[in-house]
Amino acid sequence: MAFYFVQFLTGLASAASLFLVASGLSIIFGVTRIVNFAHGAFYMLGAYVAFTLTERFSGALGFWGGIVVAALVVAVIGVLVEMVLLRRIYHAPELFQLLATFGLTLMVQDIVVLIWGPDDLLGRRAPGFRGAVDFFGQKIPSYDLFLIALSPIVLGALWLLFQRTRWGVLVRAATQDRDMVAALGVNQKWLFTSVFALGVFLAALGGALQIPRDAVHHALDLRIIVEVFVVVVIGGLGSIIGAFVAAVLVSELNAFGILIFPKISIILVFLVMAVVLIVRPWGLFGRPEAAARRTPGLTVTPWRPLTANERLLSAGALVVAAMLPLVAGNYALTVGSEIAIFVIFAASLHFLMSVGGLASFGHAAYFGLGAYGVAFLAKAAGLPMIVSLLLGPLLGLLGAAVFGFFAVQLSGVYFAMLTLAFAQIVWSIAFQWVAVTGGDNGILGVWPEKWAASPANFYWLSLGIATAAVALLRVIVFSPFGYALRATRDSPLRSEAIGIDGKRVQWTAFVIAGTLAGFAGALFAYLKGSVFPDSLGISLSVDALVMVLLGGVETVSGAVIGAIVFKAASIWLVSQTDLSKLVMGGFIVLIVVAFPKGIVGTLEAIRNRRRSAAAKPVSLNSRVETAE
Amino acid sequence: MRRRHLLGAGLAIAVTGMAGGAMAQGEIKIGEINSYSLLPAFTEPYRKGWQLALEEVNAAGGINGKKLVVISKDDGGKPADATTAANELVSSENVVMLTGTFLSNIGLAVSDFANQKKVFFLAAEPLTDAITWSKGNRYTFRLRPSNYMQAAMLVEEAAKLPAKRWATIAPNYEYGQSAVAVFKKLMSEKRPDIQWVDEQWPPQGKIDAGPVVQAVAAANPEAILNVTFGADLIKLVREGNTRGLFKNRAVVSFLTGEPEYLDPLKEETPEGWIVTGYPWYDIKTPDHDKFLKAYQAKFNDYPRLGSIVGYQTIKAAAAILAKANSTDPEKLIAAAQGLTMPSPFGEITFRKIDHQSTLGAYVGRTALKDGKGVMVNSVYRKGADYLPSDAEVEKMRPKQ
Amino acid sequence: MSMVPTLLSVENLSKSYGGVHAVRSVSFQLRAGEILALIGPNGAGKSTCFDMLNGQNVPDSGRINLLGEDTVGRKPRAIWRLGVGRTFQITATFPTMTVRENVQVALVSYGRQLFNLWGSTGNYAREEAGRLLDLVGMGAYAGRPCGELAYGDLKRLELAVALANQPRLLLMDEPTAGMAPRERIELMRLTTRIAREKSIGVLFTEHDMDVVFEHADRILVLNRGSLIAEGSPEEVRGNPQVRAIYLGEGLVYDARHREGAGA
Repeated sequence: MAFYFVQFLTGLASAASLFLVASGLSIIFGVTRIVNFAHGAFYMLGAYVAFTLTERFSGALGFWGGIVVAALVVAVIGVLVEMVLLRRIYHAPELFQLLATFGLTLMVQDIVVLIWGPDDLLGRRAPGFRGAVDFFGQKIPSYDLFLIALSPIVLGALWLLFQRTRWGVLVRAATQDRDMVAALGVNQKWLFTSVFALGVFLAALGGALQIPRDAVHHALDLRIIVEVFVVVVIGGLGSIIGAFVAAVLVSELNAFGILIFPKISIILVFLVMAVVLIVRPWGLFGRPEAAARRTPGLTVTPWRPLTANERLLSAGALVVAAMLPLVAGNYALTVGSEIAIFVIFAASLHFLMSVGGLASFGHAAYFGLGAYGVAFLAKAAGLPMIVSLLLGPLLGLLGAAVFGFFAVQLSGVYFAMLTLAFAQIVWSIAFQWVAVTGGDNGILGVWPEKWAASPANFYWLSLGIATAAVALLRVIVFSPFGYALRATRDSPLRSEAIGIDGKRVQWTAFVIAGTLAGFAGALFAYLKGSVFPDSLGISLSVDALVMVLLGGVETVSGAVIGAIVFKAASIWLVSQTDLSKLVMGGFIVLIVVAFPKGIVGTLEAIRNRRRSAAAKPVSLNSRVETAE
Repeated sequence: MRRRHLLGAGLAIAVTGMAGGAMAQGEIKIGEINSYSLLPAFTEPYRKGWQLALEEVNAAGGINGKKLVVISKDDGGKPADATTAANELVSSENVVMLTGTFLSNIGLAVSDFANQKKVFFLAAEPLTDAITWSKGNRYTFRLRPSNYMQAAMLVEEAAKLPAKRWATIAPNYEYGQSAVAVFKKLMSEKRPDIQWVDEQWPPQGKIDAGPVVQAVAAANPEAILNVTFGADLIKLVREGNTRGLFKNRAVVSFLTGEPEYLDPLKEETPEGWIVTGYPWYDIKTPDHDKFLKAYQAKFNDYPRLGSIVGYQTIKAAAAILAKANSTDPEKLIAAAQGLTMPSPFGEITFRKIDHQSTLGAYVGRTALKDGKGVMVNSVYRKGADYLPSDAEVEKMRPKQ
Repeated sequence: MSMVPTLLSVENLSKSYGGVHAVRSVSFQLRAGEILALIGPNGAGKSTCFDMLNGQNVPDSGRINLLGEDTVGRKPRAIWRLGVGRTFQITATFPTMTVRENVQVALVSYGRQLFNLWGSTGNYAREEAGRLLDLVGMGAYAGRPCGELAYGDLKRLELAVALANQPRLLLMDEPTAGMAPRERIELMRLTTRIAREKSIGVLFTEHDMDVVFEHADRILVLNRGSLIAEGSPEEVRGNPQVRAIYLGEGLVYDARHREGAGA
């Protein structure tokens, strides 16, 4: 019995940091609607700064003071980030802020290594909390008891802050209805800045408090951020109590999960998140989102098929691309193939995101499933390449059909998180089920057959499939189905009222996107000759999101450009510098600020502005007269 | 439409990337790939190691009079990026062989690439047994003592312990799983009387150390096998120390004596663990002294195990190239098979049968000295003594 | 009138939320070609009533017979398939499409082409869409981005969309809310004309009593969830209970109406 109790307490202690970080993320999201990907980076910075301060200043005051000062220092960094970067992009399309904060995260990963070096750092133990308390023969670290006491205190303090101060009332009001706060004449800018500062402070405090029990290293951010997303989503976005309960739930699941299911403890958390989202789509303590507001900055320029000239140009560009093997060497052709594959992958996500309005955070699942499908067929079943290439993506289709069915029941951030959960589940299975998937060591020897083996032939194959995929998606965009899908995105109310079964339409779109991603994955397997779990991983899903956002969500085929630019840049950077994350992150942040509509979106906006400047403005008032 | 123009532009970048491919006269280029950005703590000392070796090789006249050039690429910790880098090195830099890699999956990806493209590959650090055995191929050689060898060295010591009740803690992925499997197999052969009372499989890089320590303690084992490393190890040790898990229990731990893993533990270093590692401060052989002096003189830093591996990788590459006196992969293979050469750990040989080098490791016990972790009572174990019989190896290696 | 078929028949419709009766035993009928207004002060249960009719809300008890089918528990899209057009208090259109495309999507749905991945929507039922737009006076704006339209135009567009499935019944929730007085009258005249021509029944809720008394054939008055009056505009206007509820709004109506008629 004592064992279970102590195990429970251990879980509670782990919950403390998780709660601090998650509450910060939740508050920021509640008010600013920003999914702050950099929250993990602030957590990590908190730990690093606290490490430096506590090493520098000795004694209890040095330690505790160091922890608090570290959180404050990082909060100031957060304020700078908010004022310099985020303020510029609040009106950019949804999720664009995510891209910016992702860029920041990349930068911070390299910056901490530059400042603090690559080694894992071991922080001081907390003065007064070094030992353990004996409980019926079980040892409980006294620092755990401190953490267990801390989180209700923080929860209470936050509650008081939100209930008893004018600022807190404003924050709550803003969480419920942003427009209302604007209407109240509140200085929204400073409200956002202060909320961001508080959120970052909590994240950094969470990180700083970990130094007596964890190692400080440069991968802390990614380790925490996914778990924090899970907590926030289970608890309900914007709910502090929810974050608290979910942090405890997740930590206890970990603590007891390892006793019952030692081998699948990571899947467990995602399974629970998936179940919670399916049963209670807005989280345990969240409120159902009010009818989705118009995405700010949503284009009013309707999409149109290519004009004859544009078709000609595209065809010309394609011919030029197809002639690459005449001038380029093998390496360039292989890179070209990889870019073409990512064009398919990004275009498939783009279809889901911009036509369907469904931002998947787990699109790599279907890419990876396609790759594994090919690997199973080619290696295990020994099927010929053409057959594997055609049938392998069916695994992506299958995955998309199953997961998509549940995912499309949700929308917005919850949809994103459920897709993330599914992708993580698939990834965990591939990573841990060594007997079937080879685990981390992957499946090797998936090389193309002779006819496709030469870099030129494989390039043409990839280019051909990419062209077909992009063309197919364009056809679908302008097909009746494409319109039904856009209708569902634009106005669920109206589309339902004209007989459109929105969920079925979105599900179909999800399956189409998943299948095409599967094709990309299938080609990728043959390009690389092997399949590894990281082709199902979060970072690939994020890459795809970045490509789409970079190209421009509000465009028909922006992802094509996004994929080309991103992939070419990242291959080039990785080859040129060890600081590729810093450069890439900086590049993304710059793009976000310079092209808030994405590259293609911005180009189109410029073209439209020119066009409408040329056309005579029509007065809408005069129209009423003529209609009578 | 603009998007296609950019396709052209994107490819143009790629084309320029491959422009500098032509081989300069009197140069031999080899390619090197490692996870520099993902795992700087391990790959920086490794890089210093090979830089030192490169300097020495060229100072001694290069490869039969030609200057040795190493072109190094980062793989970002991703197998797919490693294949891209390998491709760039082979197709556009025209390197004559590939070397490097740290993570097992990347080692395997590059090894498979090498097999497909018929390029000589000298894997430096990956531990997985698959790279020389179940997925071995004729183009791939491996320097560092493998998972199996480390396990066999540890089992030799572990079998002497009186402990009968054993628990294992290993990261839940291929490396952890196969380390535990090999250790269990070899251990059970030597000690049929032992019981395995608990196994913990924390996710790699995400250990929730408190509950894991609690759970292991609850099973009350007499001895523990640990396979976790890096940040996971630090968390595990801290929780274990606080909760008294390691008190009166024997612990056998993979790799923990390597400075990369031992040094960050500082004053938390547990005492008396049986570990494999590299006690650079304690090795008194002329071969090692020479290396140590040169390394410290050049970098003003002490070497890690990665430094040894990096150093020896380039030394081995140079030896193979010199013996082959050709850049033809088949001749390189022929030269490498059975090639014996000196190393800071003494003489090593690349076995003909599975292309594994006989580089060994030090086995000893951990101790705390002046607030730092060290290995004491360490003994060098030659790799050749800890490999299965040729018949067993032949059974595991695919026929080619 | 008795020969005209009944489109909608509602019997004892009730809905309560946590003990509060939002709608209490409401019964009424609507015939083809009839313009029926549902009025009442805020919170009278108009919206609840409306939502139950179009499937967004499920009644606790009661029956709804729509075009010969029992529709209780059916989804809005299923009710639409029966031949019910619908407009919203706050217009719901597709802002990223052109005006014509808005209508075409509805026609696509009506033609059961929603899962057609290959065809071109731009060419789908283009003439039909044009006719519908002409009908509501929006023909000249077919190529305009919907997101650029003035609010009154959006209301007309909604009407065109609502007519796409050749409905026999139109459900219009506050069709003139947010419009200028002149536009209101224009829109309701248009609606009435179309309804009469095509023999479509219209049920609408409305705050503007001018609109109601001018255009409705019959008026239902809801108060606190119950139907308190039913009849022609004259009858309802004369009903003292209604006058009490509306605090003399009927009188205001008289004055305004005369003014409007004089203009």
